Amino acid sequence: MQRREFLKSAAAASAASAIGMTIPADAQASAAAAQSDWRWDKAACRFCGTGCGIMIATKEDRIVAVKGDPAAPVNRGLNCIKGYFNAKIMYGADRLTQPLLRVDSKGNFDKNGKFAPITWKRAFDEMEVHMKSALKELGPTGIGIFASGQYTVQEGYVASKFIKAGLRSNNIDPNARHCMASAVAGFIQTFGIDEPSGCYDDIELTDTVVSWGSNMAEMHPILWSRVTDRKLTSPQKTKVIVLSTFKHRTMDLADTEIIFKPNSDLALWNYIAREIVYNNPDSIDWDFVNKYTVFATGNVDIGYGLREDIKHPKYGEKELDTAAKQDHKVLSKAEGTSLAYLGYKEGDTMKMNNTGGMKNGKKNGNQKAHWQISFEDFKKALEPYDADYTTSVSKGDPDESDESFKAKLKELASVYIEKGRKVVSFWTMGMNQHTRGTWVNEQSYMVHFLVGKQSLPGSGAFSLTGQPSACGTAREVGTFSHRLPSDLVVFNPKHREISEKIWKVPHNTLNPKVGSHIMQIHRDLEDGKIKFAWVNVCNAYQDSANAEHWIKAARQMDNFIVTSDGYPGISAKVSDLILPSAMIYEKWGAYGNAERRTQHWRQQVTPVGDSMSDLWQYTELSKRFTLKEVWGEQKVPGVKAKDGYEEGKLPDVLAEAKKMGYSEDDTLFDVLFANDEAKSFKYEAGVFPADNYQNSEVIGDKRNVMGEDGKPFKGYGFFIQKYVWEEYRKFGAGRGHDYADFDTYHRVRGLKWPVVDGKETQWRFNSKYDPYAKKANFGDFAFYGHALKAIPQGDLKGVTNKEKIHLANKAKIFFRPYVDTTEMPDKEYDTWLSTGRVLEHWHSGTMTMRVPELFRAVPEALCYMHPQDAKDKGFKQGSSIWVESRRGKVKAHVETRGRNRPPRGLVFVPWFDEKVFINKVCLDHTCPISKQTDYKKCAVKLYAV
Amino acid sequence: MKKQELGGRRHFLLSMARGLGLSAMGALVWSAYIDEIKASPLVLRPPGALDEDEFIKSCIKCGLCVEACPYDTLFLAAPGDNKPIGTPFFTPRDVPCYMCEDIPCVPVCPTGSLVEDYVKTDGEFDIKKIDIGKAVVDTSSCIAYWGIQCDACYRACPLLDEAIKLEYSSNERTGKHAFLKPIVDMEVCTGCGLCERACITDKPAIYVLPNEIALGKAGSHYIKGWDKDDEKRLKGAKNEVKTTDLSSKSVLDSLNDDGDLY
Repeated sequence: MQRREFLKSAAAASAASAIGMTIPADAQASAAAAQSDWRWDKAACRFCGTGCGIMIATKEDRIVAVKGDPAAPVNRGLNCIKGYFNAKIMYGADRLTQPLLRVDSKGNFDKNGKFAPITWKRAFDEMEVHMKSALKELGPTGIGIFASGQYTVQEGYVASKFIKAGLRSNNIDPNARHCMASAVAGFIQTFGIDEPSGCYDDIELTDTVVSWGSNMAEMHPILWSRVTDRKLTSPQKTKVIVLSTFKHRTMDLADTEIIFKPNSDLALWNYIAREIVYNNPDSIDWDFVNKYTVFATGNVDIGYGLREDIKHPKYGEKELDTAAKQDHKVLSKAEGTSLAYLGYKEGDTMKMNNTGGMKNGKKNGNQKAHWQISFEDFKKALEPYDADYTTSVSKGDPDESDESFKAKLKELASVYIEKGRKVVSFWTMGMNQHTRGTWVNEQSYMVHFLVGKQSLPGSGAFSLTGQPSACGTAREVGTFSHRLPSDLVVFNPKHREISEKIWKVPHNTLNPKVGSHIMQIHRDLEDGKIKFAWVNVCNAYQDSANAEHWIKAARQMDNFIVTSDGYPGISAKVSDLILPSAMIYEKWGAYGNAERRTQHWRQQVTPVGDSMSDLWQYTELSKRFTLKEVWGEQKVPGVKAKDGYEEGKLPDVLAEAKKMGYSEDDTLFDVLFANDEAKSFKYEAGVFPADNYQNSEVIGDKRNVMGEDGKPFKGYGFFIQKYVWEEYRKFGAGRGHDYADFDTYHRVRGLKWPVVDGKETQWRFNSKYDPYAKKANFGDFAFYGHALKAIPQGDLKGVTNKEKIHLANKAKIFFRPYVDTTEMPDKEYDTWLSTGRVLEHWHSGTMTMRVPELFRAVPEALCYMHPQDAKDKGFKQGSSIWVESRRGKVKAHVETRGRNRPPRGLVFVPWFDEKVFINKVCLDHTCPISKQTDYKKCAVKLYAV
Repeated sequence: MKKQELGGRRHFLLSMARGLGLSAMGALVWSAYIDEIKASPLVLRPPGALDEDEFIKSCIKCGLCVEACPYDTLFLAAPGDNKPIGTPFFTPRDVPCYMCEDIPCVPVCPTGSLVEDYVKTDGEFDIKKIDIGKAVVDTSSCIAYWGIQCDACYRACPLLDEAIKLEYSSNERTGKHAFLKPIVDMEVCTGCGLCERACITDKPAIYVLPNEIALGKAGSHYIKGWDKDDEKRLKGAKNEVKTTDLSSKSVLDSLNDDGDLY
């Protein structure tokens, strides 16, 4: 290819490493420097997990421009096409400006009424009535929050504290469940602690970038431009290998491009491991493996994250075939080989005995269980994954020869095996949105551990995040149904105790029962088990697979759905109440990116209309709940006596609350958000970091928005965002999640946690760079995470010795087999469907589809397909076709020559376009361990309109 | 692609433009628009159009190509468009040519002003042969040349990575990022304008110009030794050598004119 030749022949412009390069003085213009009549201040980009720094110009209370922040280490003044439009995203013509409620002709709430404007007071009245009614009827599990990886840190913290400590419900789960949960489960099971070891500096330091299921060129463009520069500056040494189920832009730069069959990356990783263990045993870093790791495996019969009731009455007739796989599956030829170690063969029926779900009132096994195995067992399990088998399972392009594919496999393995070659493996949704997402994440560490290429500058398996604060908020704050801040979990009594102490709430206030994950919240709504749901900073009704079910549930069941948003997306449309939210630069906030960098910003402008931040919406709502209403005895199905609670109940904690100095008439606002500690955080205008910036929550603003009491809101008077940050960081301090203080973040361009003694950490678990690893005094490395570090012992078939071994400072090398995904093409539904994003649009398009330039550039989602498939089915370029699955159908135009080039047998349809509502077609199957939806594969048929 | 009914307003404009075209042809009734009947170097014509001078002479302003276009790309020039009245044209920033595989606008032309052979290879329609004009990049306003990761035009191009390529180079200022700059391959670009349409700057930084304006022309006396196809330019080559100031006199006159040589 011409480009590659160009790259190779380009005499390396500069061999010098870019790290530590100084920025020209004129580019360092201080944020404070006044420039004529506009003001510049720093912030983070609104969009992806890259975490670019930007500068914002404000004039007459309106953002008039942005620029890339030249001082930001991530992007050094650059941006991508979306970041370029940060100044426009808040000013779309149809911005929501006032609360809207469905009402009848008399102005009373009517589920079938039309939306009409109401006051904030009325909005909180309605929320209070419907929340209290759901709580009274169903207990704390009767409500659900669709939370977000795009919350600011403070919003996520306030939401989580209110729901978990205040209302004692764990039914809060973020859209990050759809995006990063498999990465999280992979980290927790492997390392015992969440989030990547490396940082973006790995790009400049590595020799090899392998992209597994990540179209970085479109989804992380600024990082991709760094990879590109790495290739340019060292074209001979640097290798780029890109793997995907279809050809995309990231392959433009690849030395080797590998098109594999959906789900078969499981076999590819095992092929590499087999090459290492069987054919290149010298490449195993035994010192590393022996000292810092153990081998492990787990259950295989874990289902696909579908409903346990395979004949659930809400399933349509056509859905039943796929639904039944949650109970049992007939093994394919490929599985006959890969599962032979368990005694299975092709054609056998595998009963799913370890889905971990509730089946007939009993827990059906344990999908997460794993145990130590010997290296010999590990080696034996890898035996089937030779080049022939792997090619037969994995080759994704029917037009490619076996020989060609095998040559690529060899090349792929060789970059990991080659002694001294540094390797970074990047992935995003391809490996996370996967019916075995947790497994395939673990497999990446398996390979990197075997050859000792992890937690080193320039080497490591590196999970990139999709959302701007999937790490910073969803994961670190813990807005998941099982988590508390800083990797604490609700089902661990010690963790609850730590949290209850920091939150100053009585012992056993917190609910030990894991709540409903995001798909389960939808299913609970469909089953009438949740009757109040609130959508925050996400678009839960456009972004969830098998969407027709959930939309019907929202509109037809007896429930009350609230959506807080900046714009009227699908979620707003199917709601009963819509709250206008202040958008990103209309509030103080912080985001945390994929390299653990936390970045704070100040409120730049007054919010549009009467919109207010989600933080304020939570704190105002919390005024409507007194302790006696929520901290008395509560029924929670599934709470166990062994957790120290009464069966099925949360105890009355009011007596203890009184001992702590609370009155039962105190509101949750008084106790959780406006307590004495909170009030000690003074807000001094004119003093850094407040300076003369606005703070609508603290000092009100010129609009005098009417608050929940119907009076002009004049602000809380204390520095609530700072209080929240300072309380939040107590969770991580000394526990490997240390952050700097609030003011520091307003001086710097972000810091990578753990921040110890004022210094950030580049490579975790490496004693040279990570103070926690050094402190462990375990050697060059220490995998010091505490979770799941005591496991039983066994062989490939199961546990043989229940006595647990303890793995302090060690990580696990998992063996995970190849298995098929839930639904594969057959005679009728003959084509794979994958979904994803495009560079020009963010997620469901609520912001970017309102920026005219981006809308014009990409006005609709297209169905990308192979020209031969189009020809065979009688479609032309541009034809309007139906894409139909067992669940629903959408119309889309055929694109055979666009940016994505699927192999025959697969189509790709992006999901940003509400008019091409592809999630009606997608299957709501998940990784059974992480509960993350697999949007990358299901079976469809295509036909002309 | 389902053929759309022409919208009311568009239909009206079409019939009006047809009428005007015909009357303007006949009697030059609207002298104010007299310039608009001359060949215009800035007009983008439908695929397969004759050279502009010829096209103006043979197009009868019937509008069949306009009606054949499934994307409503083409319009007939109306007074004030500053183009020969009644002739078909398009404005890529509004609606580009979507390069239909069967190029339906061409075979309907009753006069051969749009030439099927121009857009066919071995008797089959071939979109790569479309040659409406050429895309040109203003490198001062193209944000990819600033280092922004844009390349919206590159991804919009129907001949992706053929008509627009990305040139990679190091961003020495940041020390760790790369420029991905769009470069148009003039030999491949068809002038469809999908790039111009997609461009996200206020006024497009990539835009289509008619070949006459966009392209230079190398002499046929030198053929690229590394490119077999380049020999095509030899067809009809005459190698006429024109005089220079020095060669303008006859040999004898030149030799016999000593001037101030000695």
